[in-house]
Amino acid sequence: MSSVLLNVENLEVFYGSIHALKGLNFTVNTGEVVSLIGANGAGKTTTLRAISGLVPVRGKIEFSGKDLVSVPTHQRVSLGIAQSPEGRGVFPQMSILENLEMGAYSRSDKAQIKTDLEMCFDLFPRLKERLQQMAGTLSGGEQQMLAISRALMCKPKMLLLDEPSLGLAPLIVAQIFEIVKKLNNEGMTILLVEQNARMALKISHRAYVLETGRIVMADSAQNLLSNDEVRKSYLGI
Amino acid sequence: MQDFIQHIINGISLGSIYALIALGYTMVYGILKMINFAHSDVYMVGAFAAYYVARFLGIENNPGFSTLITLLLFSMLSCAILGLAIERFAYRPLRKAPKLNILITAIGVSLFLEYGGQVVFGADPKVFPEVMKDFVLFNIADVELKSFDVTVLLVSLIAMLGLQFLIFKTKLGRAMRAVSANSSVASLLGVNPDRIITFTFIVGSALAGIGSVLVGMKYPKIDPLMGMMIGLKAFVAAVLGGIGNVGGAVLGALIMGLSEEMVVAYLSSTYRDALAFGILIVILIFKPAGLLGKYSVEKV
Ligand SMILES: Nc1ncnc2c1ncn2[C@@H]1O[C@H](COP(=O)(O)OP(=O)(O)OP(=O)(O)O)[C@@H](O)[C@H]1O
Ligand SMILES: [Mg+2]
Repeated sequence: MSSVLLNVENLEVFYGSIHALKGLNFTVNTGEVVSLIGANGAGKTTTLRAISGLVPVRGKIEFSGKDLVSVPTHQRVSLGIAQSPEGRGVFPQMSILENLEMGAYSRSDKAQIKTDLEMCFDLFPRLKERLQQMAGTLSGGEQQMLAISRALMCKPKMLLLDEPSLGLAPLIVAQIFEIVKKLNNEGMTILLVEQNARMALKISHRAYVLETGRIVMADSAQNLLSNDEVRKSYLGI
Repeated sequence: MQDFIQHIINGISLGSIYALIALGYTMVYGILKMINFAHSDVYMVGAFAAYYVARFLGIENNPGFSTLITLLLFSMLSCAILGLAIERFAYRPLRKAPKLNILITAIGVSLFLEYGGQVVFGADPKVFPEVMKDFVLFNIADVELKSFDVTVLLVSLIAMLGLQFLIFKTKLGRAMRAVSANSSVASLLGVNPDRIITFTFIVGSALAGIGSVLVGMKYPKIDPLMGMMIGLKAFVAAVLGGIGNVGGAVLGALIMGLSEEMVVAYLSSTYRDALAFGILIVILIFKPAGLLGKYSVEKV
């Protein structure tokens, strides 16, 4: 059995009086791809924000055995957590290169940073062709590639991806999921949030189904893909 | 014709001073989306810091290059510390408060410095130390380039190029732009936004410190309310250029300086200060985002 990398217990988040997460329990093991699926407003983004420390939480978030709750967002990055946020969040007035350099902000291993840049260009050759182009002028798909690459430049142990397929053409979506799978094959642990449940489950080991701030199902991706309820509600069959 | 060129030179010199102060408004706005009304009073404190340092060192009647540098350094340092303190103790506790609370606090800090200044420094104007002699450096076809104007131009040019370098060519500057664009995404990449904000206040305030010494040199009368009018003009310059935009602040300030000089020269000096309000009203009506107003191309 592989070791637990992320362990979340009784996670609760409030936005004012809105109870967005009502006590989540889940784990991500080293080397896994785990998906969080669920409808709009279920709390998927909030979960990722909580793991990165962008919202105040109740409960426990342990990463590599270390309690994260009191660690500020910017320090979680050097512990090994990187996120490609919902809506991509590229810096529109910065070039591709500068966006990628921002990913390496808390690192000082210059030589390794160079190698990792090359790795990103291998994954997404399109980025290399446009290094000096402003990120705001990229297509949606290119921005998504940039957001993932930028997160990879943090050199994380775990990658959080929030809806990488959002608003992209099917061909690009397939390409992005291909890359996610490839990253995992090379050893990256990934927590994936998706509305495109079918694609997500196909490349995941396990998944959790979220409904209005609660986990209502947890199983291997394979079982969920053939589960009647999941097929009806999330796969549209 | 000579007159006209002379006015251009004077206007650019005045505009560069406005620019040094306008940059502080625009940088803080860019990163916190707030107007730091206390900025003009930080500038005032810079002038008094230079005044007292000169007296303390006994160089108030010792014009020359070393006096200029000494006063610049001390004024920048004092302003930087004051700016840092204001951010840390007045604004940071309100980081998540509604915009209006922050605005009122900024006005409060400004009044505190203005009237605290009258208590501490006295309300009467003081004579600023003699930074350097004003003499004609060049005389080209009857256009005079005086040492004051050349100094103002050179010092501000160096400061602005330095700022340009900092913002666009260094890692810290990149982080400043990142926090200004999206501070939560910047923090997801390991940037501590609070540190970047502090740094922004330090840099903006130090630029105001430079401005205060240059103004003290040209118009050597300082008093605790000296920041009000120049602060207003610098603020209008920042809005004119597009608040939040560094290049815009410089452009706006040059336009302000030049038009002020021209209005005084060819219309009447009575309109000197009214001009700023006039410009403000016109931009707010016709181009509220300013000349180089920030636009963002973000695809969703
Ligand atoms: N900043 C906020 N302030 C108030 N309520 C919020 C805020 N952000 C999210 N919420 C609420 O919290 C709940 C969970 O939102 P969240 O963004 O986590 O959902 P999601 O599963 O990511 O949805 P989607 O698939 O649409 O992205 C929703 O009811 C939402 O309205
Ligand atoms: Mg979401």
